[in-house]
Amino acid sequence: MNEALLRGLVPAVIGVLVRRGADFASAEDAVQEALIRALEHWPDDPPRDPKGWLVAAAWRKFLDAARAESSRRGRELAVQDEPPAGPVPGTDDSLWLYFLCAHPSLPPGSAVALTLRAVGGLTTRQIATAYLVPEATMAQRISRAKRRIAGQPLDRPGDLPTVLRVLYLVFNEGYSGDVDLEAEAIRLTRQLAAATGEPEVAGLLALMLLHHSRRASRRGPDGRLVPLAEQDRSRWDTRLIAEGVTILQAALARDRLGEYQAQAAVAALHADAPSTAETDWVQIVEWYDELLGLTGSPVVRLNRAVAVGEADGPQAGLAELSEVDPALPRYTAVRAYLLERAGDLEQAADLYAEASRAATSVPERDHLTREAARVRQSLPR
Amino acid sequence: MAKYLLLKHYRGAPASVNDVPMDQWAPEEVTAHIRYMEDFAARLEATGEFVDKQALSPQGAFVRSDGEGRPPVTDGPFAETKDLIAGWMVIDVESYERALELAAELSAAPGAGGRPVQEWLEVRPFLTMAPAATG
Repeated sequence: MNEALLRGLVPAVIGVLVRRGADFASAEDAVQEALIRALEHWPDDPPRDPKGWLVAAAWRKFLDAARAESSRRGRELAVQDEPPAGPVPGTDDSLWLYFLCAHPSLPPGSAVALTLRAVGGLTTRQIATAYLVPEATMAQRISRAKRRIAGQPLDRPGDLPTVLRVLYLVFNEGYSGDVDLEAEAIRLTRQLAAATGEPEVAGLLALMLLHHSRRASRRGPDGRLVPLAEQDRSRWDTRLIAEGVTILQAALARDRLGEYQAQAAVAALHADAPSTAETDWVQIVEWYDELLGLTGSPVVRLNRAVAVGEADGPQAGLAELSEVDPALPRYTAVRAYLLERAGDLEQAADLYAEASRAATSVPERDHLTREAARVRQSLPR
Repeated sequence: MAKYLLLKHYRGAPASVNDVPMDQWAPEEVTAHIRYMEDFAARLEATGEFVDKQALSPQGAFVRSDGEGRPPVTDGPFAETKDLIAGWMVIDVESYERALELAAELSAAPGAGGRPVQEWLEVRPFLTMAPAATG
């Protein structure tokens, strides 16, 4: 049994404990402890019934903790020592967990951490490594989040846009440590799409698959960032593209457009094009118009200016850009790019250098520095 | 073993020998410089002397409390004359001499024209958290 399959059992096991009377916070702790034991023991001694093993181990952990707590407080143990008879429900315990872990009352960073642990079945250590913080810090973040949502009803649907936002954040974190957060976000979104049937969940899944398809070409062999226009498109994963496009088409056919479907449509148009020059930029601009109508987001306006620059030429793009707030991240880089295409190389080089100083990541900073160097070198001396 | 902080400055350190702003290098010189830095860190991991490295954005501000119940006061962006740290590497080495040797190696990263930058790095010993048990 591989680790992903083991992790897939976690939400269901939490569900079983909660139905037996455990509160969510204690159930989640107990399952985490059982999971760590399983990761230690299963490689040498795999159980015949993995889920049964996890339920039994987690229930024992829960009872130990509850007994210690009740004797500390001198109170009766409120839950039954013996689980009620009857079948253990096998299927979807995960849906209410998504809504609970991404509860709107939680700050996004805490919702991400709790979702990865309770829905994703990652250990605190793995999550801490992925987000480059000490394990004790991540453990505190998770237990504070659980205290914050204690007492929330578990039986009604929550706020879907918040859940999607959390999954999107996980996806964008990419890959660090030993956990592939991009793949994990896809797994969790796929599971959610199967449980809800909402077009926007499908839209987000399609968006992730389409971006994931470019992963091998997004970075050069030396780790450098390769922009879309320069990517080796023969290395894009056509299986993921086909799956993303199919999911997106089915979602769009239901005629309930949302921001993730529109973003996925843009990604699909890129996936469909053999090169930047042969990309259907006119249609991409139309999708950005839809997105702008849906969100009113200044970031969308910025991306739209780039698309207009490709569809109608750099001057048109610059005209669009004049409507965008210059304080936005990436504004300066976009302006540099459009000015370079318009032939104003000197100003473009200066702006690339300025943009590199405002970059928020090392690969982005290095990329923009290289762009400045490249344009500066092409200037007549 | 002793830990040292190697500090790299955007500005504020004495001028390096090969002193050309990075955006005026050739693109492949930028790439060679970045590669050298990465290889250096990988080599220190292999020798068991690497602890941590971080890069800092030149953005930011000074900030201080303005008293209870009042919002913090900021002073920024940084003045052009301010000493500005670009990043650091923490190493754990046998001796001060080894720390100097490694800092010099890092300072020799290739720059404009493929020649070593020979920039000034600050080398700072950590104060340990506990006195020596045998002291």
